This record gives sequence, C-alpha cells and structure tokens, in this order.
Amino acid sequence: MSTTIYISGDSTAISIGANRTAAAVVKEAAQRGIAVNLVRNGSRGLFWLEPLVEVVVNNDRVAYGAVNHSDVAGLFDADFINGGHHSLALGAVEEIPYFKKQQRLTFARVGITDPISLDDYLAHDGYRGLKNALASSQADIVKQVTDSGLRGRGGAAFPTGIKWNTVLNTPSEQKYIICNADEGDSGTFSDRMIMEGDPFVLIEGMTIAGLAVGANQGFIYLRVEYPHAHKALNAAIAKAYEASYLGDNIQGSGKKFDLEVRLGAGAYVCGEETSLMESLEGKRGLVRFKPPLPAISGLFGQPTVVNNVISLASVPVILDKGGDYYRDFGMGRSRGTLPLQLAGNLKHTGLVEIAFGMTLRELLYDFGCGSATGRPIKAVQVGGPLGAFVPESQFDTPLDYEAFAANWTVLGHGGVVAFDDTMNMAEMARYAMEFCAIESCGKCTPCRIGSTRGIEVMDDIINNVDREKNVVLLRSLCDTLLNGSLCALGGMTPYPVLSALNHFPEDFGLDAV
Amino acid sequence: MTASTTTETVQTIIAELKDKQGALLPILHGIQNALGYIPPDSVPAIAQGLNLSRAEVHGVISFYHYFRDTPAGKHTVHLCRAESCQSMGSNALEAHVKTKLGIDYHETTADGQFSLEPVYCLGNCACSPAMQIGEEIYGRVSADSFDDIMNDLGADA
Repeated sequence: MSTTIYISGDSTAISIGANRTAAAVVKEAAQRGIAVNLVRNGSRGLFWLEPLVEVVVNNDRVAYGAVNHSDVAGLFDADFINGGHHSLALGAVEEIPYFKKQQRLTFARVGITDPISLDDYLAHDGYRGLKNALASSQADIVKQVTDSGLRGRGGAAFPTGIKWNTVLNTPSEQKYIICNADEGDSGTFSDRMIMEGDPFVLIEGMTIAGLAVGANQGFIYLRVEYPHAHKALNAAIAKAYEASYLGDNIQGSGKKFDLEVRLGAGAYVCGEETSLMESLEGKRGLVRFKPPLPAISGLFGQPTVVNNVISLASVPVILDKGGDYYRDFGMGRSRGTLPLQLAGNLKHTGLVEIAFGMTLRELLYDFGCGSATGRPIKAVQVGGPLGAFVPESQFDTPLDYEAFAANWTVLGHGGVVAFDDTMNMAEMARYAMEFCAIESCGKCTPCRIGSTRGIEVMDDIINNVDREKNVVLLRSLCDTLLNGSLCALGGMTPYPVLSALNHFPEDFGLDAV
Repeated sequence: MTASTTTETVQTIIAELKDKQGALLPILHGIQNALGYIPPDSVPAIAQGLNLSRAEVHGVISFYHYFRDTPAGKHTVHLCRAESCQSMGSNALEAHVKTKLGIDYHETTADGQFSLEPVYCLGNCACSPAMQIGEEIYGRVSADSFDDIMNDLGADA
C-alpha cells in the first residue's frame, strides 16, 4: 500500500522550493523502495512553514515544515513516512494556533483536497450548494445571498444580493456572470490561493450565480500574472464539463451555464469593473461612466453580474448551509468571514480567514508575530495600493468595513502589508502617485494629469524645493483627484498619499504632529 | 522563424479565434505566446480578421503593459515593484538586478539573453520580494539568489 504525501502546488510554495522538495521526496522514496502517492494540494496558507509536507499516517495528517529539498533524506531517515520524530515535525496543521484560531468557510477545502480532483471536491461537501440552488427558485437563491449579508470582497463591499437582484429583475435574452480575477492589489493573494487551491468552489459559485439571475455564460477575467491559477481553472472547468456541472444540461436540470477563462494583459485598471468589461469586449481598458450600472447594461450592453473571486467562492457555503449560518459570523454590517492576507514585512505571513471584528493589532502580532526584520512596525497598508497607511495609533481598529471607513482607511480586499521603521513614507507617497500615473487609463483628467503632477510635487517636497508651498499644492491636487476622478484609481490614490503626509509629516521634512 | 511561417502562424491564430466574443485579446495572447511578441506587420491582418481599423488594434496593443511589439530576450525577468516587495527590500534588489544585467526596465541585454520588465504584484506577497521568469515564480529573492538563478539560466556572469 502506498503512503499519501501532500506537498503544496501553490505558486507561492513553489516560489520557495516546493517543486524541488516534491522531486526530492519522489526520488528518495523510489531509491528506498517506498511506494508514495504524491498529491499537490493548495497551500494551508502558513507560508513561513512552506514548503510544507504532510504525510497520511493512520488516516491522520502529520506535517513537517519548512522542508527544503536538502532536508528530505533526513526525513526519510527519521521514518517520517510513519510519522517519525524530526526537528521539522509540526504535528497536525489543525492544531497549530495560527490555523486553529481561524474560521475557514470560503477556504474550507484549500490545502486539504487535491484541487483538480472532482471526486475530492464532492467528498468534501462540494456541489451541495448547487444542489440546493437547483431545487430553489431564482428569487430564493438571491434571498439566501441577500440574507447572508455578503458584501463584495473585491474591496467596494457592495451587498452581493442587491446586485444579483437587479440583474434578476432586468429582463434580457442574454445576461452574463463575470468573475473579476484581476487581483492586482499588492499584498493580496487570496483570489489566487482559491483559484489554485480549490477552483471548483469558484466554478460552483459562478454556476449558482448564473442560475440565480438567469445568465448562461460566465467569464473569469484572470490576470496574466497568474499562470498556475490559469492551468488549475482550465483543468477544473474541463472536469466540470465532463461531469455535467457545466454545459447545456447541468445535472439533468435542463439549465445551461458555460464558463470560460479570459486573460488580462497587465493593466491594473482592468480590475475596475467597467474597464474589465471593455477589456473582455476586446478594447482598451478605458473606464466607463456610471450609470448605466453593469447590472443593467454591462458586458456587450447586457445585464451583468461582476463579482470578485472571494465573493463568488463564498456563495456555495451560503447555499449549502443557509444565509443565516454565514450571517452569524462577523460584526455590525460586516457579516461572515474575511480571508485576510498577511504580507510584506511580517514574520508569519499567510492567509487568515476569520470573522470580521478582530483588531488589526491582533492580526499583526498574534497572527503575524511582528515584523520579519525584528524592527518596530511603522505602518501597515491595508486594502492594496489605494489603501491608506495605517499608523500604530490606529492598530486597535476592528477589522470591519465601517470602522475602517470611520478612520479614513480602507479594509478593501483584506490585504495587509507591513512596513518597518526603515521605510520612508514620503517615498511611498511618491510611489503611489507614480503607480497611478503608470496605470491610469487616461480617460479622466484628474487621474491622467494629476498623477504626473503629483510625482513632480512630491519630488519638490522630498528635495525641499518650496516645501511648505508644495505641501499646500499637494493637498489641493489630492482634493481634485478625490472628487474629480472617474474611478477608484484616481479617486483613491490620495488615501496613501494623504495618510502618509498626515501621520508621518517628519518623513516629508515637516514638523512632527 | 521565417517571414512566411510567421504570417502563417498569425493567420492560423486569427482564423481559430476570430469568432469568439471579444476576440481581440485572445488573438493577441495567442500571437504573443507563439512568437514572443506581436509583430507590427501582423496588425493589418488582425484588423481585417476582426473588421476593425488598424488604429483600433494598435491602440489595444499599446494600452496593455504585457503586450510587446518587439522581440524580447530569451528570458524575460518580471521584477515586482509593488509595496509588499518594497517592504522587504525590493528597491535594493532592483538596483542589483539592473547592475547585474546592465540594462534598465523595458530593455534587453546585448546578447539577447535577458529582458527586464517591471511588474506590479505577482500575488506572491507572502514571500517578498518576488519575480517571475517565464512561468516560474521566485520568492524571497535576494541579490545572491538572483545571481544563482541567472547562472542557472545560462548568463555569462
């Protein structure tokens, strides 16, 4: 009988050597005449322990990490195949506090199953949500999603059920479901982890969305920077078609839903929903005016649901266990769980899915264990490159959309990037303007021209050219960007810029507050 | 690849994909995957295939950072410049990479081995700084590990 060994095929795990570790395990096992069944699972999301190796011993999984390829022979010597003791032994992943404290609803299967095995997906409660959806009316599906309190996890936090309801009630022969998988924000990787680690859950969520609103065509708009996710999605979609979970007659219901992955081409602005639709239509990714809302006139002018990966991947558990079950997690108007991503200068980076309401400080220190460099954390940027820099004085803010908004900060997609005290915040403010200039679609003037003027003004401030006057100019420019831009790219670039200026004036050569 | 096989490749890709909804990006990806870039002289064929103007096709190619209209080096190094990587020292790494390769962003080494492009997030922020070469993603890249990777790829160090 062969021993089952799990080594993550997640691209971050691979980026730090998981493939070499896997090859070493296969080679060493062959040399020792040990039969091994290697499964490349998603990542458990504890990246300081990757490459993580899990061995199935008496139906339990025993973990070892971080396992370099050079550690593999030693693991075999220590009889890790039978759970033998070794200095890298971790026991069960479920008992590691970082994992144990989490509430994994959307990520329930990630790191546990073989991502592209439909049998594995079904054996771990997969497609139970779709089964319920097929037995429900369209209005009832939308009601479950509305009752769950799910809000758009891409960052804008718009109630998903309300969006679906608008599309449901807009009559049209043709409607579309678009999954926004253009996860361009620095510090975010939860979409990627779902697509690589449990692609079926996204496919199921999109299929349910299609049934709910009466759309028979879905597109996943995936960023080109995610080649591993692309392969996993295409493999899973092919299997879903083979087993009639996609196609003309879903599970004998007579309902139709087709799904295709389309690649972006390195434009950050295409993560904005109207720009994304332009790109899907084969055009330059120029942002559209709203109204009309995409829910009424979206892709090719038809009613369109555009949801983020995590929003759609949260739908199956809601349809399986009910909107109430999901809504019972969280606080205030932020219901359910948020998969947070700990990134940048932190000791324990990774994926933490937990109910809304924990403080940022708990996240940074209880989970993240402080900075990787051992220096004080000076600031964290939450919510991607358009999110504010949060100073230490605001670390006690609970992770909740409204609490963050009250501080003029952004929870966004839940990405958290930590910076230690060697970072200069004026340089980061300059970078924010530079990023906006590089990525601006060019349609509206404040963003197109304001970002370039912003770089120049920041250069003058940094180089102490009329500094006081230029700070006034910078604030005025930010006001124009905030109030005059067509979309969030220009409209939110002032968040990092002004938060850096307000909280770290000394980095701009001004008197400390 | 000769000029005639290039034209043939482009024509085959256009014929295969032109009936898709919103076919232009899939066609451009197909051409760049096959040839490494989108030759400017393929623009009229694409425009004709999709019933667009040449200006429209050119506009789309030039809008997206990923599409290129000149051949890249044998390996393209996509180095992440985004915030998470900056928090772990990517600015110093960037300086090292440019010195080591002797080129700036959007340039190719004289021997045609390496091109260097900036990228804004690879989703590898848990193991910053990060870079991508082909479909390989590298995490926790240091000056030393970068040099090792270049040597493995056959750079004349």
